[in-house]
Amino acid sequence: MGIRGFGITKPQAFEQAALALTAVMTDPQQVDPQMERHFTCDAPDDELLLVDWLNALIYEMACGHMVFGRFDVTITDHHLKAIAHGEPVDRKKHEPAVEIKGATYTELSVRQIEGNGWVAQCVVDV
Amino acid sequence: MDLNLLSRVSAYEWHIPQKGKMRVPGIIYADESLIRDMDLKVYEQVVNVATLPGIVQASFAMPDAHWGYGFPIGGVAAFDPQQDGVVSAGGVGFDISCGVRALYTGLRADDITPVKEKLADLLFAQVPAGVGSTGRLHLKPKEMDDMLAGGAQWAVQRGYGTVKDLPHIEEHGCMTGAKPAYVSDQAKKRQQDEMGTLGSGNHYLEIQEVVETYHDPLSEKLGIHSGDILVSIHCGSRGLGHQIGTEYLKKMVVAASQYGITLPDRELACAPIDSPLGQEYLGAMRAAINCALANREIVTHLVRQAFSEIFPQTSLPLLYDVSHNTCKMEEHQIGGRSRRVFVHRKGATRAFGPGHAAIPADLQAFGQPVLIGGTMGTASYLLVGTKEGMGLAYGSACHGAGRSMSRHQATRQWKGQRVIQELGARGILIRSPSARGVAEEAPGAYKDVTAVVDAAEQAHLARKVAKMRPLICIKG
Repeated sequence: MGIRGFGITKPQAFEQAALALTAVMTDPQQVDPQMERHFTCDAPDDELLLVDWLNALIYEMACGHMVFGRFDVTITDHHLKAIAHGEPVDRKKHEPAVEIKGATYTELSVRQIEGNGWVAQCVVDV
Repeated sequence: MDLNLLSRVSAYEWHIPQKGKMRVPGIIYADESLIRDMDLKVYEQVVNVATLPGIVQASFAMPDAHWGYGFPIGGVAAFDPQQDGVVSAGGVGFDISCGVRALYTGLRADDITPVKEKLADLLFAQVPAGVGSTGRLHLKPKEMDDMLAGGAQWAVQRGYGTVKDLPHIEEHGCMTGAKPAYVSDQAKKRQQDEMGTLGSGNHYLEIQEVVETYHDPLSEKLGIHSGDILVSIHCGSRGLGHQIGTEYLKKMVVAASQYGITLPDRELACAPIDSPLGQEYLGAMRAAINCALANREIVTHLVRQAFSEIFPQTSLPLLYDVSHNTCKMEEHQIGGRSRRVFVHRKGATRAFGPGHAAIPADLQAFGQPVLIGGTMGTASYLLVGTKEGMGLAYGSACHGAGRSMSRHQATRQWKGQRVIQELGARGILIRSPSARGVAEEAPGAYKDVTAVVDAAEQAHLARKVAKMRPLICIKG
């Protein structure tokens, strides 16, 4: 399934891509920001950084049984720091449709678009 | 896909001529209609795989081929280590050793009808399914390593399943060459609570009725009759396999230039088989195969427990267990001589023909059983490998129907509860923790599995034995 985040800035596009990741599994509006998790990622380029960021979230969703609905991302060069806000998965409340196995390099792109803005996208395997 | 891109060899075999950076041609086994419905990306991916170092004979696609990650789903390719051949994490995929097993029940459809609801509820309660579900088995580090080295044999030693199951599992239930040390702590942590779980997406546990048999002497000899009830289990290596796929994909992407490999698509990330990274991946990937085999053995144990509450006399012997996301070292006759190659099957099933040494003695005469999963509203199939298939695509066949529609499109077209009601009216009981998950898996979102299986048979990749329809489906 493809996910795509748009933002005025690159970090915003990364935040929106993370929100799209959540939407693959559940309705992001059903997620309360009760808890936060901190992430750092480093990669040789923006695209690998996006995959690392999404895979870090997927790992926390799988091992921590978490679901996230809001994200604060900062990126300096190819170093990402982020806080994800969310809560433990509640199968009745969130009705998670499918677990996400991993972010792939398929259709992977982080680029500036016309009219000022950024897009961050890839396909995730479910 | 535009047929003009291909050269027609027969009604079921189409070639992509070698050109550009391709080291070998591409070969697609399918009929004209299936090929027309295939995404152009399948063509591109078959071509891309054909450019990888050390590829042997051809880059193959099965009748259910569809757009995958790097390799097409339904892709088969073999690489020779003596010709700088590679092993590709993308060529195996994230759900390492995902597969299907079938169990005999000794029951008939009439036996199930009066207890169907009760059996469905029991199975749903007994087998953890869906996002966030955890198994009852929680492995400590030493146990995890033992499981990764021992596969289904480890599970049997722990009291899950029986010794009689093992000959009917590929590799006798234990993939040799597994190296738990090459599996990261993160991957092991991701798996520690997931043993004996189905997962989600297209994974399922089904109670199926045999509705049609083919080549009657063959189905009779395999003990399959119209009206028989089988159990089918479709799941894989769970979080451990996903994490190994994620980690080694990145390692191979980063290392490709060091090995002088130019990747036409980063998802084709690979490393020379004989390189340290190639060997590490093989060790970790084989450990994930063992994880999948152990997982299906534990789920089988849970299914047997549920059945025993209603049918205490049933033992549910294993018909066969096949994986469809693997890379295995195999010997094949290539160019008139035996060669040892590493066969990647991504969304493709091993389908060895009669007489192959890897097939258990009681099935030697018939060929290896091939289990093709359909949708919860259509059908699944049992086939066997053929002698001809050994010379076509290393003894491989299709693995399922293949999606024709994205999950997003499916949720716009169907509602989960409505799908459950409609299937219920047709006598198919669905149990799932997620209505949206059911909508995403609606039968209409998949290709016609019968067309796929017919093409596989007509191409001589495998031979049909039986068609099964679902009566109960536990969806993750």
